[in-house]
Amino acid sequence: MMPRIFKADLHIHTCLSPCAELSMGPKAIVDQAIQHGLDMIGISDHNSSENAPAVMEAAQHKNLRVLPGMEVTSKEEVHILAVFDSVDKAFQLQEIVYEHLHGENDAEAFGLQVVVNEDHDVLGFNKRLLAGATELSVEQVVDSISALEGLVIAAHVDRETFGILGQLGFVPEKLHLDALELSRNTSPEEARRRFPEYADYAFVRSSDAHSAADIGKVWTSLLLCAPSTREIKKALRGEDGRRVLPEDAVCTTS
Amino acid sequence: MTIREVVDKAHLEILAQPDGLDKEVTGGYASDLLSDVIAYSKPGYLWVTLQTHRNIIAVSTLKELAAVVLVNGRTPDLETLEKAREEKVIVLGSRLPAFELIGKLYQMGIRGNL
Repeated sequence: MMPRIFKADLHIHTCLSPCAELSMGPKAIVDQAIQHGLDMIGISDHNSSENAPAVMEAAQHKNLRVLPGMEVTSKEEVHILAVFDSVDKAFQLQEIVYEHLHGENDAEAFGLQVVVNEDHDVLGFNKRLLAGATELSVEQVVDSISALEGLVIAAHVDRETFGILGQLGFVPEKLHLDALELSRNTSPEEARRRFPEYADYAFVRSSDAHSAADIGKVWTSLLLCAPSTREIKKALRGEDGRRVLPEDAVCTTS
Repeated sequence: MTIREVVDKAHLEILAQPDGLDKEVTGGYASDLLSDVIAYSKPGYLWVTLQTHRNIIAVSTLKELAAVVLVNGRTPDLETLEKAREEKVIVLGSRLPAFELIGKLYQMGIRGNL
């Protein structure tokens, strides 16, 4: 099979994240992603994957691949993005994360944590303190995701708070990361200038969308044969003709 | 003031590397963002933090800090202790929360450099 270009945004929140808008339901996310010509999105709420299945359902029979994931907070308050192919794997990570995440959410202070189905019907409220930090070190988070064969991405490394470079000063040696993520504020070119010591890492850019209007503002163009984590890993390593393309590589038809 | 004097007066526990306690403390800095410590701490400073990740040792070495002081009774990660021994970085601990400890250190005459 010939590789083709996939427009990917691997970091999108739903109404399960206390800081995201309540309108971030499955259909709104899927519609907005398709409207902006995205081929692949990752659902990554803070310390939970409970809404990922609903977004996957909402994208069924549509030209959009939804990858379930999570944005895990390590005990150093570093955000690490996990991306999987199956809900099963995401839920296995969720089990580990829940075991090491304490406290109860105060909806007034942090926001509601709404669990929904594909039609945005409210199934319930997550009571855990999803805005909190787990007791897992950044190494333990990375190892847990890797053991489940997930994609490990250090989230928004260009942001001072909750990014690995801000919290820990630099990427610890021997930490296995598949990529470094950039927020919409920094392009990969700027990042290579600003972080020359990490120029060899693959950079991906994501919206980190907390509202539907954020979706489609930035993305990563990947040359893949299929929208799977295995293919993405190859692209991030530049193997077998798969690779990360410059940002302007996609001619948008919309 | 030497590190030893600070340890005695502020009732700090020595968590790693008990040698080199006669080094002079030139000032202090408090932050839990390591990038911020890299930017603003100075050689000979005491660094007050709650971070226990092994990167605190590398930052101390890089900035030639006098010692790291962990607050709130936190203990360093195992790898952090190993790194501290390798790099000969002094790690101290206090049962006090950061605010109280820093108040005490300030009263003892340790200052940040404004």
